[in-house]
Amino acid sequence: MSRLILILVCLLSTTVALAASTAPALGLNDVYFGEALYHAYQGEWFESICRLDTELGQHRRLDEPALDSLYPHLGQAEFDVGDFELGYRMHLRAGRAISAVIEGKVEEPRKNAAIYRLARLYFQKDQPMDALQALERIRGKVPEPLRDDLEFLRAQVLMANGRFEDAARTLKELQGAKSLEGFSGYNLGIALLQGGKEQDGREYLDRTGQLVSANPSTQAIRDKSNLVLGYKLLDENAGAGAKLVLDRVRLTGPFSNRALLGSGWADANQGEFERALVPWSILARREVTDPAVQEALLALPFAYGKLQIYGKSALLYGQALESFGKEIDKLGASIASVQEGRFLEALTREELKQDSEWVVKLRNLPQAPETYYLMELMAAHDFQESLKNYLELTELGKRLVAWEGDLDAFEEMIRQRRGYYQPLLPEIDQAFKQLDSQMRLRQEQRIRIEKRLQAMLTAPRPDYLATAKERVAREEIARLEQLAPKNAGGDGTAERVARLRGVISWNIATEYDRRLTEAFDDLDSLIRETQRLKQRYASFVRTRQAATQSYEGYDETIRSQREQIAAAREKVTALLPRQGKILEAMAVDELTRRRERLEQFQVTARFAIADSYDRANKAQAQKRVGQ
Amino acid sequence: MNKVLKVIVVAISVFLLTLPAYAETAKEQGAQQTAKAEVKKETAKDPVKQDLAKEQIKGLDEQVQEIKADVLSIATQLNRLEEKLLYPSDTQIAIFVSVAGAEKFRLDAVAVELDGKQVAHHLYTYKELEALQKGGVQRIHVGNVMTGEHPLQVKVMGKTEGGADFQRAESFKVAKGIGPKLVEVVLTGSKTITVKDW
Repeated sequence: MSRLILILVCLLSTTVALAASTAPALGLNDVYFGEALYHAYQGEWFESICRLDTELGQHRRLDEPALDSLYPHLGQAEFDVGDFELGYRMHLRAGRAISAVIEGKVEEPRKNAAIYRLARLYFQKDQPMDALQALERIRGKVPEPLRDDLEFLRAQVLMANGRFEDAARTLKELQGAKSLEGFSGYNLGIALLQGGKEQDGREYLDRTGQLVSANPSTQAIRDKSNLVLGYKLLDENAGAGAKLVLDRVRLTGPFSNRALLGSGWADANQGEFERALVPWSILARREVTDPAVQEALLALPFAYGKLQIYGKSALLYGQALESFGKEIDKLGASIASVQEGRFLEALTREELKQDSEWVVKLRNLPQAPETYYLMELMAAHDFQESLKNYLELTELGKRLVAWEGDLDAFEEMIRQRRGYYQPLLPEIDQAFKQLDSQMRLRQEQRIRIEKRLQAMLTAPRPDYLATAKERVAREEIARLEQLAPKNAGGDGTAERVARLRGVISWNIATEYDRRLTEAFDDLDSLIRETQRLKQRYASFVRTRQAATQSYEGYDETIRSQREQIAAAREKVTALLPRQGKILEAMAVDELTRRRERLEQFQVTARFAIADSYDRANKAQAQKRVGQ
Repeated sequence: MNKVLKVIVVAISVFLLTLPAYAETAKEQGAQQTAKAEVKKETAKDPVKQDLAKEQIKGLDEQVQEIKADVLSIATQLNRLEEKLLYPSDTQIAIFVSVAGAEKFRLDAVAVELDGKQVAHHLYTYKELEALQKGGVQRIHVGNVMTGEHPLQVKVMGKTEGGADFQRAESFKVAKGIGPKLVEVVLTGSKTITVKDW
């Protein structure tokens, strides 16, 4: 049984790898798109959808989306978000996953691969009509590795829709497919049987039952073919043929218990009760929770009875009765345990989720006795789908609780920011206003100087470039010149003053070019400083805006988020127990069915014990009479 | 007695024959046929109850899908809010890790230091490594820094294809401007670490 579950778990886990195997064909242009793929490649569908949705949302709000880095990936991103939703098992008819996948603007093979996944999802969710409709949308090229699997799925879907002839036609074409070795033959056999072609169906089952392969999956399906064919023959009282076929089933495979049981019945059918003891004795020593083993516990003493070994028969009936009693108690405890919610607790254990073989490990949990009887149920699709929903709802519930905590933290952060910035900002704004006006003034001065210097390139004005000392000296000379006429007496003062003026004018005129160059150098330096000042100014403005934005404008968003989270939590809280009840009901139904079966066996065993004792007594009496 | 047991055999063979066509879904279903057959055997007794249960399961499944869509929408809005609140574009810096090239190697860990402080240290699982090798990009750090240049050190540990341990560290300068700064650390085989500005 463990092996059966393991095969199932391994195959189920392949769905992650199959979905979303999409790498950007022309290199990555958007790093966040790459991040969404990173999550998708790991089967983290929630994170991948969320990341891609955020990116697509931002992209759609842009004024010029063509300049966005996501733009080259837009078609693929829109397709992928739908494909990821399929990975997250969201396939609602009106959902965007379907329209994204079916109307996706991507190359044919990728689109067809996604439609295949959609059809498979429908099929797994027991919606074969929808699955067929999805498959009919596949046009053109299909990725090579998927071709056989697609046709195989098509055949299964056709069978589920009752179109056995079409299914058989499809399966016949798959007979050479190595990856489906055994599976195509077995399903073809079943399709033919269901389509009324009894002889052909048996032939394919027989052929599949004789395959030679080292592949565990092929071996399992080979066993299954033999089991189905063997029981069919048994049903028709063809004991010899049934024995031949059932004995092909491996003694260690997942179908070995029922094969051993059937093999014994095939012997019994031919009146070979002694031979029937062999498979039934092997079976009776196996795990007692298996229904075939439980039946063997009755069949074995029945065979001894037929062989007129009544004492042994009565003893074995007694042992069976004891064993059934124990199992019935165990089942009763398990039903109570399930109804008390322990089953769901066991299914949602964190340590199990870390392990890909968790279904197998579950069996070994001491506090989960019910799982002994539920291994097969837990491997069934209906149960798996419901369980996945339950686990995902649990996960969503946890996320929502965590987000409420995040919103609390955000509000606290905003409160602290407001408390810090609000008292500071008026003072800062005041100081900034003063600085701002000073800056504007200096800026205007700089512009004036620049204009004047530019004008001096065409109309030289040496006096503009006089130094401060020269200006003072010229003012002093002007004052002296005003005084000079009063003292005109030929002492040479006027000449001296004129000479001084001449010296200054000479210096200003001769040094004009150098001074102009220096003035332009100084202007460049001033421009650089002004630029730096502008940058700091802009940085300050941004920081100032960021300060306000760090605490203003969030109230409405947070309030709306809170409302949405509360509404979602309410829904999850309502759905989770309902989903849990379905799982519990499935488990209780299964356990009850098994208990009722054992109770019937108990009644049978009690009558059989009495009958065996009677026969033993009669035999002894006859023996005594004979003696 | 014999009759009772024969009836059991007949019953088993009947359901074994009638179910496979529906139960087979894929390779795995070959294995799980048993479970389904058992369940169907029971439910077949009461088809009305079975249909009701199926309808109930389907209805619930649709509701679960609806709530998933609702929660995803909330998550997207929260992403935006978180980014705006915690990592405003003026100061945001995000560091990504990707793997390039054909050289096969096993990446064990990546450590990132920004401005001399360790901001990320990640140990890789097999699934994460596989996702990187397929072309996924991991966001290893998101934080806030001032505009200007910042030293970035990346340390990578792992095993080469031959099984030898390797450890490599590279230093870079990251120039933070006004907008968000996105830096991709590209690991090309076990020997080359480069940085790509986005």
